[in-house]
Amino acid sequence: MLEQYPPGRQRSAVVPMLLYAQDEVGAVTPELIEEVAKRCGVTPLQVNEVVGYYSMLHKKPLGKYHIQVCTNISCLLVGGEELYRRASQKLGIGNKETTPDGRFSLEEVECIGACSWAPAIEINYDFHHFVTPERLDQLIESLRKTE
Amino acid sequence: MPLYNEPSPLEVKVLTRRFGLPNSASIDTYLANDGYKAFLKAVEMTPEEIIQEVKTSNLRGRGGAGFPTGMKWSFVPRQSPKPKYIICNADESEPGTCKDRVLMEYDPHQLLEGMMIAGLAVDSKKGYIYIRGEYRYLIDHMERAIAEAYSRGWLGKNIQGTGKDFDIYTHSGAGAYECGEETALLDSIEGKRGIPRLKPPFPAVVGAWQSPTILNNVETFCAVPAIIRDGGAAFAALGTPKNGGTRLFCLSGHINKPGVYELPMGFNLLRMIDEVGGGVRNGKKLKAVIPGGSSCPVLKAEECDLAMDFDTVAKAKSMLGSGGVIVMDEDTCMVKAMLRIMRFYAHESCGWCIPCREGTTWLRKILTRFHEGLGERGDIDLMGDIAKNMLGRTFCALGDAAAMPMISFVEKFRDEFEAHLAGSCPFGQVHELALA
Repeated sequence: MLEQYPPGRQRSAVVPMLLYAQDEVGAVTPELIEEVAKRCGVTPLQVNEVVGYYSMLHKKPLGKYHIQVCTNISCLLVGGEELYRRASQKLGIGNKETTPDGRFSLEEVECIGACSWAPAIEINYDFHHFVTPERLDQLIESLRKTE
Repeated sequence: MPLYNEPSPLEVKVLTRRFGLPNSASIDTYLANDGYKAFLKAVEMTPEEIIQEVKTSNLRGRGGAGFPTGMKWSFVPRQSPKPKYIICNADESEPGTCKDRVLMEYDPHQLLEGMMIAGLAVDSKKGYIYIRGEYRYLIDHMERAIAEAYSRGWLGKNIQGTGKDFDIYTHSGAGAYECGEETALLDSIEGKRGIPRLKPPFPAVVGAWQSPTILNNVETFCAVPAIIRDGGAAFAALGTPKNGGTRLFCLSGHINKPGVYELPMGFNLLRMIDEVGGGVRNGKKLKAVIPGGSSCPVLKAEECDLAMDFDTVAKAKSMLGSGGVIVMDEDTCMVKAMLRIMRFYAHESCGWCIPCREGTTWLRKILTRFHEGLGERGDIDLMGDIAKNMLGRTFCALGDAAAMPMISFVEKFRDEFEAHLAGSCPFGQVHELALA
């Protein structure tokens, strides 16, 4: 990852490296920040300020299944808010919270680029389009049962 | 890969012509359907000729600003001893927009070829595709296409024996609308917070890593192979004067057949809704349309009989923007719609410029209480005033992007704002999400 940038510009790898590492480790931990800083040749503070900026970087672990419900304008018009409320009730958690067993986390997200197939949700990195309340229930139920 | 939506018979397929072919994303399908021919043709052309062809095509930036692409390319100082970079903006985040996704998904090599031709035009050997982090599957998808191109000799050193070198890499964002703004994207690709830079110098002169950089949207690059292959004049002829070619329009909202459709520039908006999109759903009446993503001023139904090209929509005091056509029916609460849009901008403001940071948050707060029936009459003018004072006072366009719809919603739907003064939302909608 570091080689793809011009010589001396390894700092460029900070954002993707953090995101890819977070997917492995589960959260942006202090150790991870140290490691990324070392590899990219910057200070931990310079990495930390980046972590605070990007909405996909999290210092607290997300659930195993991170359910992201879009309620932005195109989804809002066709039921995005109802989906979000339903997910919140069904999981018993609010925005950016995680279930006690660590299985699910919920986030109301901004536009995820699925406007013409709204309402849409993203579970981890998987898109689900034209989601009905029933479909949302099924998805959550099936994820409850998986190992 | 099944298509996301049925194509419309009214479409004019240039960028999407390979969509729906078996294995449309593979290099074999691409090569069997005119793929990489434009690159070989461009190798025989001088950089000036390539840029002239793009100028002739009247191609204008598809990210939203509509800047003439050929002119943008001509600003790159080719004689500069510094390396030059080609960066593709695939940070598609404008609410209402989902076209770059399908372009990358169904025809990734078209994008690679467009970037390679840009490389020939400005003597650049390296390209980066900045893809929003949420599109992880597309990052993997583009990586596969890039690997395929390397293995078949269409990327790397001495491409197909032409003596030309070009490398392309992907770069992931991590959730930030602001990084779709070109200078913020440059800061982001350098590993920093995505904060806009003062212009000038423009990226063409001082861009990524202090070097001359061409930065274009996915759809813009994807148009380039067809322009070089069939000639700029043929592309220009598809559209209207100064608005060449076709455009991918993303129809969303209260419409029977939402989807992404490739239509000629200048296609009539009402026809787009009725004939391409199958009309407003549930037999409802049309109330309003946001013609090009959430940052564009809203159009009332009676203003929608217009040609969808940059200049005509600008004359109607809105913008063609990113092609996100958001359709709203008669039951839509416009205060609530505006509130949702403002919540988005308040969330996404990077905080660098005070008018944007404070203005969006202030407006969000007013709109929240206003929608819940706790507003005062003076709030209506106050909202317009705050927005007008944000205009033009920020480094990048995000401040304007939040202010312009606000001004238009208040001006065009003042009656709905006034109706909320009665103490509740006349549409019976309650805003109960507590995302601050």
